[in-house]
Amino acid sequence: MIRALLLTTLLAGPALADEIWVTNEMDDTVSVIDAQTLEVIATYTTGERPRGVTFSRDFTRLYICASDSDAVQVMDPATGKILHELPSGEDPEQFVLAPDDRLLYIANEDDAITTVVDTQTRKLVAQIDVGVEPEGMGISPDGRLQVTTSETTNMAHWIDTETHKIVANSLVDPRPRHAEFSPDGRQLWVSSEIGGTVTIFDTETKAEIGKIGFALPNIRAEKLQPVGMVFSPDATRVFVALGPANHLAVVDAQSFEVERYILVGRRVWHMAISPDQTRLFTTNGVSGDVTVIDLASLEALKTIKVGRFPWGAAARPTP
Amino acid sequence: MRNIKIFSAVLAACAGVAQAEALRIDWLERQVTPPPVLSNMQAIPDDLGHVGAVLGLGDIATTGRFTGQDYEMSSTRIAPEDDFLPAARALLADGARVLIVKAPAEDLLALADLPEASGALIFNTAAPEDALRGTDCRANLLHTLPSHAMRADALAQFIVLKRWGKLALIAGTHPEDQGFAAALRNSLAKFGLKLGAEKTWAYDANMRRAAAAEVPLFTQDLPEHDLLLVADELGDFARYIAYNTWLPRPLAGSEGAQPVGWAGVVEQNGAAQLQNRFRELAGREMAPEDYAAWAAIAALGEAATRAGATDAEVLRAYLLSDKARIGGFLGRPLSFRDWNGQMRQPIPIVTERAVVALAPFEGFLHPGSELDTLGRDRPETTCTAFGDTR
Repeated sequence: MIRALLLTTLLAGPALADEIWVTNEMDDTVSVIDAQTLEVIATYTTGERPRGVTFSRDFTRLYICASDSDAVQVMDPATGKILHELPSGEDPEQFVLAPDDRLLYIANEDDAITTVVDTQTRKLVAQIDVGVEPEGMGISPDGRLQVTTSETTNMAHWIDTETHKIVANSLVDPRPRHAEFSPDGRQLWVSSEIGGTVTIFDTETKAEIGKIGFALPNIRAEKLQPVGMVFSPDATRVFVALGPANHLAVVDAQSFEVERYILVGRRVWHMAISPDQTRLFTTNGVSGDVTVIDLASLEALKTIKVGRFPWGAAARPTP
Repeated sequence: MRNIKIFSAVLAACAGVAQAEALRIDWLERQVTPPPVLSNMQAIPDDLGHVGAVLGLGDIATTGRFTGQDYEMSSTRIAPEDDFLPAARALLADGARVLIVKAPAEDLLALADLPEASGALIFNTAAPEDALRGTDCRANLLHTLPSHAMRADALAQFIVLKRWGKLALIAGTHPEDQGFAAALRNSLAKFGLKLGAEKTWAYDANMRRAAAAEVPLFTQDLPEHDLLLVADELGDFARYIAYNTWLPRPLAGSEGAQPVGWAGVVEQNGAAQLQNRFRELAGREMAPEDYAAWAAIAALGEAATRAGATDAEVLRAYLLSDKARIGGFLGRPLSFRDWNGQMRQPIPIVTERAVVALAPFEGFLHPGSELDTLGRDRPETTCTAFGDTR
């Protein structure tokens, strides 16, 4: 009996605690980190060049952009097995899952297209022409607006999810990488990597309401390249990953002022917050590790070695 | 003269965008017969540069769909046996105001000096001579190809970083070789390095057969060195130097570790995407001339979008202003020097298979932009055509 129980536990594999899943762009794997012990507890093989990563709402499916395999892969997080692939269009880099848990909006970087796929029927729903090198993918909490940013066209394209047509285009600073709606849906934040800024838009009017610049002593301005962004659980702060500046900026979501900077690993891309909302995990591409930050003290706790070029991150609570 | 027109007449499909006048861009190419080299295994592609321009046009036309800007490009190629200037004149008379030019320095200057070219905006995408950015600079001429000085400075910084204190140089006899060799000498002095010895390669033997016999002898009397520099800009002899030297030493310059404007091995900073798009279009690797043409068009697109204009003078003013920040897949924004019209750009140092390093390097400080540690800086420029910018 005890043995049987033990066996079941072992078979259930790593799904024992809250986890952070990280895609390793140059290793074609995902690393699974135990959010409590901060150890890598599993590494699973994926398609080529995995980047964007996200869970289904019930956390029973992991979606992975396998860019060089031209596929979005669907993994069973309990076993690490690839269940099937979705018709993603070419070179999917990043995506966002609609609040309805069904439609996946995928940026096809090489084709200047946003592809909409139904994750249930596994069918293509729509393809929308956007600017050159689409990447940043955001969706409003009510699911009505999807925003695709195009890196070389330097725009945020506002897409109506009813009609799948572009309803507005907002010019931003060069090389927009990430789009994030505020949890209340009233603002859209867009980071511009080469412009070195974050632009904030009012969702209702699509008007620009703020722009944030960054400055750090002893780091050249050109290295302050904002990429990934995530709102704190209470929505009072926004964490902005500054790429080759190897820091996160902590921005006050009200005043748009930078409160402080946190040193992390080299070339920080994206972030995920632990399901218990106490810790922030960053992917550090060049140093091949993940920095863990305590959200209460805003101090770095630990660095965890993962695979080569960690890129995307997603959190899964204890099943 | 062949004339091909590519119209990117993409209509502004999106509602509410103001329909501006189309920006006319002219690709003007002076074809030349390349001098003979020892090996013809790697031929120079006929479409060198032009495909970069076509790719750039596609990129900015896609952007234009959303901003309501139209672009059209027509291409004029002048055969080696035909006269360049009359054709260039005809093009200007036809209304060309923004020109992307692939031509040797003398043709480029003759074009820029035409009375009808005053107020035009000309991009040099193929001529690396330092004089074009110095005493021979022209106010209507911008450069997206890095100068000899920029490439040499990038390599010199790298050598300082590596602490390779003992150096020797072999230079060819072509003017291009001599130009690059002169730039290397300047850069070594600029960064406090010394050249231990220098030899000129003037062999006319067939190195495909004789390299293993001749090169050891030729390099035997060079003093001890850490790195052997080579100036062989046409790709004539330097490929036969590698592994045949008297002392086993790495090469840099035109062979070995090469400072270049661009190469097919550049992949960081999103460059893989640009390389993919280029390969799909051209069926070959993207070369520095292709990148220079692409960057000229990308800069024009950025200027047209941000300045909301198609007028050559307005575009020029925007590009030379401190507002210009052009994404160029090299990790830092590209912009233009307002004292000589040269594009600021990082310089990758590459081998055939990888990027070794990307200049400028940490520790080479500059009060303005660290990119200005590469090439002639404002205080030392001999260019006066851009007015007093000090």
